Amino acid sequence: MSKPLRWVAPIAGLVLVLASCGDSDDPREDTEAPDNGAAADDDNGDENGDVDGNGDDVSGSLIIESWRNDDLGIWEDVILPAFHEQYPDIQVSFQPTAPDEYNAALEAKLQGGTAGDLITCRPFDVALDLFNDGHLASLNDLPGMDAFSDVARSAWVTDDGSDVFCVPMAAVIHGFIYNAEIFDELGVEEPTTEAEFHQLLQEISDDGTYAPLVMGTADQWEAATMGFQNVGPNYWNGEDGRQALIAGEQSFADEPYVATFEELAAWADYLPTGYEAITYPDAQNLFTLGNGAIYPAGSWEIGLFREQADFEMGVFPPPLPEGQDTCYISDHTDIAIGMNPNGGNSEAARVFLEWVTSAEFASLYASSVPGFFPLADHDVQLDDPLAQEFLSWRDECESTIRNSYQILSRGEPNLENELWDLSAQVINGTIDPADAAERAQDGLERWYEPQQ
Amino acid sequence: MSHTQASGPPDDAPADVVESAPTAVVRPVPRRPRQRFRPHLLVFLLPAAAVYTIFMVYPLIDSMRLSLYAPVDGVRAFVGLDNFVHLLTDDLLSARFWNAVWNNLVFFAVHFFVQNPIGLLLAALLSSATLKGRSVYRTLLFIPTTLSVVIVGFIWQLVLNPIWGLVETPLLGQSSTALITLSLMSVWQYIGIPMILFYAVLIAIPDELLEAAKVDGANGWQTFWRVKFPLVLPTIGIVSVITYVANMNAFDLIYTVKGALAGPDFSTDIMGTLFFRTFFGFQLQRGSSTMGATVATLMFLLILAGVLLYFFVWQRRVEHYEL
Repeated sequence: MSKPLRWVAPIAGLVLVLASCGDSDDPREDTEAPDNGAAADDDNGDENGDVDGNGDDVSGSLIIESWRNDDLGIWEDVILPAFHEQYPDIQVSFQPTAPDEYNAALEAKLQGGTAGDLITCRPFDVALDLFNDGHLASLNDLPGMDAFSDVARSAWVTDDGSDVFCVPMAAVIHGFIYNAEIFDELGVEEPTTEAEFHQLLQEISDDGTYAPLVMGTADQWEAATMGFQNVGPNYWNGEDGRQALIAGEQSFADEPYVATFEELAAWADYLPTGYEAITYPDAQNLFTLGNGAIYPAGSWEIGLFREQADFEMGVFPPPLPEGQDTCYISDHTDIAIGMNPNGGNSEAARVFLEWVTSAEFASLYASSVPGFFPLADHDVQLDDPLAQEFLSWRDECESTIRNSYQILSRGEPNLENELWDLSAQVINGTIDPADAAERAQDGLERWYEPQQ
Repeated sequence: MSHTQASGPPDDAPADVVESAPTAVVRPVPRRPRQRFRPHLLVFLLPAAAVYTIFMVYPLIDSMRLSLYAPVDGVRAFVGLDNFVHLLTDDLLSARFWNAVWNNLVFFAVHFFVQNPIGLLLAALLSSATLKGRSVYRTLLFIPTTLSVVIVGFIWQLVLNPIWGLVETPLLGQSSTALITLSLMSVWQYIGIPMILFYAVLIAIPDELLEAAKVDGANGWQTFWRVKFPLVLPTIGIVSVITYVANMNAFDLIYTVKGALAGPDFSTDIMGTLFFRTFFGFQLQRGSSTMGATVATLMFLLILAGVLLYFFVWQRRVEHYEL
């Protein structure tokens, strides 16, 4: 290279460095909030519950953080357009993360100050910790919150009940979805007791054409969520047992919990071959392809199954153990939405949250995401017969939530993780039901005072 | 390198001379005339040094610093080595940690004992003079290395799937087989790296050496073990240490196939997944950045120990030949 030009490179480098240090305005930011100050006084005007009109002069753009990537289309095509119609000045976008990564990703974004304005809340401690760290705003004075009962709010309030920090959106109910055509073909009926359930599984197994029970243990959580927490409430009498565990009056080594694990262990004979390596999507596909008869389910499956399965489906609640006549279901408060106080657009976020409390949102959400049942007191019509059936159990049975979610997963070892591991192992046959119960109890005793 | 050593003060320089007359240090006469310092060297070194310091050295040191802190009453406070003591003495945490270390070593052992021999075999076959279509094989064998781990995990999960796959045994679902299976999946993917490195050595061997061996009456087998293998040996060391570092840092394949809980019964839990759960939390378990930093620091120390072992034991003993 010719020497007279040797100064070009350093100077060019210097210019580039200086250019990148410049504090130029990003023109995109100008469109954000023309004047938020004017909207501030109007915030109190919404108390009459009139959802259109008052929020009109609030504007801005909001981002919803969520783990429900399955629902992306529904939010973009149904829910958000309905909101935008009423509040054309507020632009909301739904930006989900994969369910497995949501907690970690959200935490990182909140700490880095890049999280969206609206945060989809996991139930209980995960959301509570976010609130305690100042990442969720208190919503005590949000108009419309009175549509939610104490039970509905329970997953998103402080331990003393003084602050509520998320607007409850939906609960999910556990049960067993079955392929009605296979039931017709084999001439079998929905079971109501556990003995009938086992006999039914045996009959399908004897026939040999279909996998009687479709589930795998590779991902571990199905074993705990669709297994243990699905059939368990019948054994520990729902809320009674759950509260007794929290109060330290019952132990995991007690008979109800051992019996739940024993029931899970009995499933192993009826699961597809190689179930130890079958993942959640494998099981979903196996069932929707019509190769399996019964799917231990959560009501959230309805949407996907409706899309993929071309056969009639039915659903029955967890069968009753010997000599029991009250049925208990897991009606788990699962999803809510709150506000990031540092999101920079609180006015608009509050307007959106208030809309979430409305009957309009409840019915939009319930009908577009079948299997997620609204927690608000509004009267909501469900179109899907499977969803209706799930929901009807709320009248016939006692509702409870998953027993590891409130308080009991605060320590080390984490009870929820333990239950995943133990339930999967019980079904895999690598640990005895009694030993599994014992280990869960040992884990609790390590850190939870009422159990010590 | 050699001239910088020569220009420094000799080790046996009398200390009192240096102390009493700091401005006039007695220096030995350089063996070669000292080269003028060339400022443009700084220009070349600075960008890399700056980037490396900002993005590697500083975060590494800062994460080690973080491991000395813990939240006390909600505020992060300096606790010295408490985190390490807790991690290594608490029966629950230490069991998880040593389980992860052991699984990591198994993961590495499978790579070491399977990847090296097969890589060497493939390289030897590729470098054979009579092979036709060499570049086709070389490309095919190297392709998996360029694939995303997520794709590799997904493909193998399908291949090994008991419902739609080729084997009925749930290889990925049993605690006895899951880790070995995952290790072999990783070997399958990365076999191209040792193969290419060995191949580069083998084709660089001068023909005179091989001809001389032939003239001396050595057959193919003898030529390989007596002539080629000693020349490949230093590269085996390098490949092994690269594999060790990559394996001890492994995370993505296990996370893709088994999730962060690395089941069944934590049989595929390695330090990467343990770190992920500890640092970021999992489901209802909340993450702890300080405890996570502790796990990360121990990971770093284990890797450092392995690399030092390589440098001071293997690399000093193995003979290098000038070709």
